[in-house]
Amino acid sequence: MLKVLQKIMAVGTVTEAWDAGPVPERFRGRVEPAGGSCAACGACIAACPVGAIEASGDSIKVNHRACIFCGRCVERCERGLMTQTGDYKLAELGGQLLGEAVRAEILRTLGRSLHVRHLDVGSCNACDFELNQLLGPVYDLQQYGVDFVASPRHADLLMVTGVVTRNLTQALLMTYEATPAPRLVMAVGACAASGRTFGTSNYAVRGGADALVPVDVYVPGCPPRPQALLYGILLALGRIEKA
Amino acid sequence: MDKTFVVKGSNLRAAANACASRSRQGLLAMFACDERAMSGCYAVYCLFDGRQPGGLVTVKGLVPADGPLEFPSLTPIIPAAAWYEREICDMFGLTPVGHPELRPLVLHENWPAGLYPLRKDFDPGRVVPDAGKPFPMLHAHGEGVFEVPVGPIHAGIIEPGHFRFSQAGESILRLDAKLFFTHRGIEKAVEGLTPDAAFPMVERICGVCGVSHALSFSQALEGLTGTVVPERAKWIRVLAAELERLYNHVGDIGNLSAGMGFQVAVSNGSRLKEGLLRLNEALTGNRYLRGMVVPGGVAMDVTAELRGEIAAALERFEPDFASLVGLMRDNDAFLDRVDTTGIVPFAAARDLGVVGVAARASGVDWDMRRDKPYGGYDELEFAVPVHRSGDVAARLWVRVDEVPQTVRLIRQALERIAAAGPELAAKVPPAPAWSTGAGWSESARGANLHWLMMGEDNKIWRYFARSASYPNWPALSVAAPGNIIPDFPLINKSFELCYACLDR
Repeated sequence: MLKVLQKIMAVGTVTEAWDAGPVPERFRGRVEPAGGSCAACGACIAACPVGAIEASGDSIKVNHRACIFCGRCVERCERGLMTQTGDYKLAELGGQLLGEAVRAEILRTLGRSLHVRHLDVGSCNACDFELNQLLGPVYDLQQYGVDFVASPRHADLLMVTGVVTRNLTQALLMTYEATPAPRLVMAVGACAASGRTFGTSNYAVRGGADALVPVDVYVPGCPPRPQALLYGILLALGRIEKA
Repeated sequence: MDKTFVVKGSNLRAAANACASRSRQGLLAMFACDERAMSGCYAVYCLFDGRQPGGLVTVKGLVPADGPLEFPSLTPIIPAAAWYEREICDMFGLTPVGHPELRPLVLHENWPAGLYPLRKDFDPGRVVPDAGKPFPMLHAHGEGVFEVPVGPIHAGIIEPGHFRFSQAGESILRLDAKLFFTHRGIEKAVEGLTPDAAFPMVERICGVCGVSHALSFSQALEGLTGTVVPERAKWIRVLAAELERLYNHVGDIGNLSAGMGFQVAVSNGSRLKEGLLRLNEALTGNRYLRGMVVPGGVAMDVTAELRGEIAAALERFEPDFASLVGLMRDNDAFLDRVDTTGIVPFAAARDLGVVGVAARASGVDWDMRRDKPYGGYDELEFAVPVHRSGDVAARLWVRVDEVPQTVRLIRQALERIAAAGPELAAKVPPAPAWSTGAGWSESARGANLHWLMMGEDNKIWRYFARSASYPNWPALSVAAPGNIIPDFPLINKSFELCYACLDR
């Protein structure tokens, strides 16, 4: 018992502000596509393993929901025009949170608390491990009035990780049905946000979360770092503005 | 040296039995391959480790496509074959005759009968209608016996699996698991792709075994293309693999305490793990080390500055970790929960081909890094801790004892990186058509084995990935009976099996 108290005293408080600290130099965040001098050679499009890059007219567009942040497009651009920034604040609102009136009503109903149910519908578990880290002492999710709950019946938000597999389709639909309205759905990571990580013609995969249920927040990343998840949660709750 | 014996499918059992009795660890993996285009047969491959370190013995049984699609089941004599054969039956429609418990494994009740996704004539893009087949589970019968179904959606942040406990009061009589909920068809999805295009999927089989998967796949490919990995890349790979082991073990040691509500240990484990994940992010730009290991070598250098950062982090980590373990070792309430809970006896571990931490906790002295050395481990010094009690405590103490060995390996890798030349990756030439090869590594959970057959134009014909969790899952059904349900989370956490790794 004495040792436990000693350890608690020695460690002290380790909780940080949600976006504290610099982003490491090597961190692979938002992809900044080619500018004017692009040769339209298509190397970046061919290099992307998830088809997240498209040519639109004479410019290149990156779909960050599908991006797995592997950096191949940057590496293989012959003119070195693609760059990867340290920006991880990529969450976007969708569905019910797009309409001002509906959003205000939902946020009013939720008040200052948000109960979350995690739902793995075919994840590689990296996103799941990051959700676990949110509950650790460094991020201390509860300080925001947000907590994970054991049952969808107690939940306001479903945090969905993974591509929707054939074998988890029923579980996703039943969990969604079991969640009382107003219910929000967050697609966490490239798999849930796009469904493309393991190919688009796959007998075992149905697609992203929004192929089966309406999604209100998309959080890109592979996996999204905990700060990116917190950004998505706080953005959905209207506690911070879009970066 | 590697050896391959090609036999008729009907002789597979006898040939496999002969190889098993001459190998140290028995059956390592078993899978099928649709080779109708080449030989008019389906092939069933059984991989054994040979007597020599490094060598693999392969028994390949040919099942002619125009005859009965069956082979004699190995399971009655090699229990480790049970799940592999169920998977072969699901994915290829080859029946292991005499299998004592033949029922679906990978494909659930929603999958129609008579469709086999890993056959070459199965179009992965076709729309497969939902079926409503039964999915038989194992039960226990008797007066007062009842069942407790759990999952696939669990109360915590855990991957999905369905457990069926047959109970006599509080005691578990039997446990059956329905898994493969996160089956993403990865082995089919990479067919027809070049290794380069397939690689991001391979790295994403599992979040927390990513380095190990990348390593096993790369080594298989490097073996069959004759690629030699540069010296510097070799040691950076060791560094990445050991950092993966370190954050996993530390996280698992802390998380085990969540199974009994010992929150101080949980929080400290989470805090220490967070520090290691941040170190990973500084090193590779990804908290789970993604993007470091690539076929041919590594993608990023470990500069003197980063080496200094890692060395300093280890200095801080060691005393902090030791005091966390101290909270467990001196705590009778803690020890009472872990000692003698969830025992896997030595014989069961051997028969099921259990690997990694779970094997070494049951007295099976086996570690791929030492016993089938790869990637430079034979030049490094480390010990392989073994415990014999086979309980939750043994699996915990194996991890605890491995942590200093891992730190020792990281320090050696840092020294070697400093002394090595600057080259980071060799170019991987196209693989010869119809060449096959295996690669392996010891992940935080145990032996992780990948097998590749390349087709024409450097395209993957067949890829098989058997992670450490595959042979370890059945051991959970051995460990649980005789315990009470409240101890199940503890037992489950002590194995720390990946669902994603198994389901792939």
